[in-house]
This record gives sequence, structure tokens and C-alpha cells, in this order.
Amino acid sequence: MSTARPDVTGIEAPVYLHYHFTAGTAPARFLVRLREGLLSGQRCPRCAKVYIPARGSCPACGVPTTEEVLLPDRGTVQSFTIVHIPIPGNPIEPPYVVANIVLDGANISFIHLLSDCVNEAVRIGQRVEAVWRPPEEWDYAMDNIRHFRPLDEPDVPVERIGTLPVSGPAVPR
Amino acid sequence: MRDIAVVAFSQSACVADIGAVNEVELIMPQLQAVYAQVGLSSAQDVDFVCSGSCDYLQGAAFAFVAGVDALGAVPPLKESHVEMDAAWALYEAVLKIRTGHADSALLYGFGKSSPGELPAVLSQRLDPYYLAPLWLDTVSLAALQARMLLDSGSITESDMAAVVSRSRQNAQANPLAQLAGDIGVAALLQDDYLLAPLRRGDCAPVSDGAAAMIIATVEQARRWGVPYARLTGIDQRIESHNPCMRDLTDSVSTRQAAAAAGVHEAALDVAEIYAPFSHQEIILTRALGLDEAIAVNPSGGVLAGNLMMASGLARVGEVFQRIVNGDARRGVAHATSGPCLQHNLVAVLEGA
Repeated sequence: MSTARPDVTGIEAPVYLHYHFTAGTAPARFLVRLREGLLSGQRCPRCAKVYIPARGSCPACGVPTTEEVLLPDRGTVQSFTIVHIPIPGNPIEPPYVVANIVLDGANISFIHLLSDCVNEAVRIGQRVEAVWRPPEEWDYAMDNIRHFRPLDEPDVPVERIGTLPVSGPAVPR
Repeated sequence: MRDIAVVAFSQSACVADIGAVNEVELIMPQLQAVYAQVGLSSAQDVDFVCSGSCDYLQGAAFAFVAGVDALGAVPPLKESHVEMDAAWALYEAVLKIRTGHADSALLYGFGKSSPGELPAVLSQRLDPYYLAPLWLDTVSLAALQARMLLDSGSITESDMAAVVSRSRQNAQANPLAQLAGDIGVAALLQDDYLLAPLRRGDCAPVSDGAAAMIIATVEQARRWGVPYARLTGIDQRIESHNPCMRDLTDSVSTRQAAAAAGVHEAALDVAEIYAPFSHQEIILTRALGLDEAIAVNPSGGVLAGNLMMASGLARVGEVFQRIVNGDARRGVAHATSGPCLQHNLVAVLEGA
């Protein structure tokens, strides 16, 4: 018996599987509203916290969320980072700011771009508003909002971030 | 050893395609139903939570983590997961309770199988070097097994059709079933083969849904003051992952698990068996040593609706419900995992 054969150290076994993905009832509601230029969250019937985007449950209480809450497109920076490293396939030129933004009336943040600003001046508690694409470009997508930009308003104290009431009407831009 | 009681069970209807409902939305109604049966307000009221699911069904790594959104994990819960049918989540919870680390547990299993091509999806759970690259799908593997059984002369195609006919008949009394009806052996044998020797009726349908259960020590069940069934035995055995290295016409692991779980220590009234293919019910009935007097799959079994990752737990739940309803005094539930009945779990339930 020959022992000269090289060891097999790897094999190629590509996997191709196709799925018809559906987001779910609550996320679908959020996406449909987004296409209308509206930001739609859901309120927990137990703890009254407002989630956006909602997945259909309050993850803290474990109960279904059904009440829709339309939110304004103004919010507060809860945290942020300045990205200096180019990411393959990402068309955005570094350096740019990625921020956790809590909309007024919401109790949870989502991630979006923060632009039209001096990067070094971005800070936690800073007030921001959405900059929307033109309505004819709206789709079922979060990038209907091109980015957020600073508002000329006083900063929100850290302990009040995520507790602000709804600050104005939710109207398509 | 601490005695364990099953105190609550709920299962969704088996549907071919639940549509735009995500996994959290699939799970929550079942959780709410079992909380209501016991009078609990949330998962915070039990000591341990364990779930069963398969990320391949969703096509996303760590997809099971999102299921925790259904629980209410503030403050944090003691929580675990098996990438298997939730019958094995039950097994983990039983160990937890027996070893004194919990007095109660919530189990749930969920599967939304409709988004993918299920037989191909499940092929990727086979051994990754020799079998998964061949895309050996579950129906093909089951067809090989059925062919071996037929060639051995121990069953006929009519025997297989009789299993399907009884499943559909029994399912007429099960509002959660996906396939039910009055169809005889002769009519079933008229159908074309899906993959010889299997006809479509010989194969469990693809279903979406979820199931949940609450178990506890008998003492805790009494404190809650709810009807319960005692889980007097549970055992699981696994065979080689290579189907060529075992006798596919028998299920040695089921027979061993049944003996260890004490299936035949007293008379049985009912058996719920996880047989996703008709011929497998015959193999399992023989391995479990069930005689004609025992009602096998009165729910219709999984040939009438198959919730991947929840059907095994649901077999235990079906037996539990029959015992607390007074329809049965002692029953056996079986769950399977892997290709051609590779891995089998047997549980015995008795009236309080």
C-alpha cells in the first residue's frame, strides 16, 4: 500500500438554497408605512414602551404589540461612531458618522447615517432630523431617509434620551 | 428522583404557508396559551426556558436568538436552545429539574418550513463531508428505506397506504390537522409515485407552526392547582449518522429508548409517534412493541401535519391532553430526528 498520497485537508461543498423570505406582520407594517413617508412604531400594552421598527412583540415583557404609533422624523443621538475605514461594496466615502438615533416618542434607537454636520462636533444628546429622498424614490426601505442632520436645538441630557414625548406631527415630507 | 408533571400544552394549526408572519409572531400565541392554562403572566414565572428550532429553515445564522423576543427576557432568564426538535428541549428541561436546578420549565418549538425547499434544506443537516455535498434530500433517503423494507418482504405498499388512510381518518377529529379525510387504501394506491416507492400521501406535508409546553415538579403542579400528567419515563438514543452502517428496516435506538423509559412496565392506551413517512410508523410501532389494542396516532400524527422542530414536542403534548381529558390513562410519545429515524426519544406519561 502506498502511503505517498497527500492528506486531504479540505473539500469544496458549495451550498445554494433559495428562500421566499417574509419579514412578518409587524415589520411589514413598518415597511409599508415607510414607503408612505411615515415612521411607524408599536407600543407595548404592558410597559407602554414604543419600539421602532417593531417585530411584533415587546422583547422586555414578551407580549404581542399591536397598537401603532406614528412618530415624527426628529430625534436624539444616543451614541455614535466615526467610520474611517472604507468597507468593500459600501459607496459612502469615509470618514462618516453612524449614529444610534432615538425618535421623539420612541424608547429604542435605530442605526442611521448622520451627515450635513462637522463630524468632530457630533455628540451624545444632539438633536437631529431626517433628510428624506424625493417621494418618487420611496421604496420599502430605510434609505428613503438619506441621512439625519443636526437640528439647531439644545442638547438632551443623557438621562432623558429615549424618554421624550412625541414632538410633532408625523407627516410625509 | 424528583417526579415531573406536564401541566400545559398548546399547538398552532398546521398550515402549508402561514404567509407574512415571522417566527416571533408564530411563537407568541402558543406561549400566551400555555401561560393562560397555568395562570402565569410570563416566562418570568418559570425557572427555565428551552426551545427547539433549526436555523436552516429560516436560512439565517443564529435565527433562533430572535425567538427570545417572544419571551420577555427582562430581567434575564435562564434560557437554552437545541438545534433539534423541541422534544429534546423537553429532555434538557427534565434533566434540569431532576438535578434540582429548576422546579418548572417552559418549552417551545417552532418551524416555518414554507420559505425554503424543505427536503433540500434538511439535506444540509447531514454529515458535511460525504452526504450533504450529495444533496441527499429527506424524501430520497426515506424512499431508500421504504424500498429496503418492501424488498425484505416485511411490509407491502398496501400496509403503507393503510397507515396513511388511518392518519387521514383520525385527523378528521383534529381541528389543527392540515390533511384530513375519508380515503381508503385502494384510492391511495391509485396515486402516482412521488419518488418510488413513496406516494405523496406517504410523506408528511410541509407545515408552518409552533408548539409550547410547561412542565414542573409534581409538587409545583399541585401548588399551581392545575390538572397534570406525570412524565414517568424519558430516554433518547442515537445511531450512526451514516445510513449505510445501520439496519434501516429496524429502529434499535427506539427499542432501547422504550425499554429505558419503561414503556411496557404497565398497560398502554395511546401512542403518538413521530413518523414523517408512512413506512416509518410501521418500523416504530414494531420497535415500540405496540399491539393492536393501542390507539396509534389518534391525532392523525405528522402525516396529517408536520411542524418541523415542534412535532416531537407535540406528540408528548397530544398524549398529555388525552390523559388530562380522561381519554387515556397511560401513553407513550415518540420523537425522531435525523435521516431515516437516526435519533429517537421515547417518553411515557401517566395520569396523576
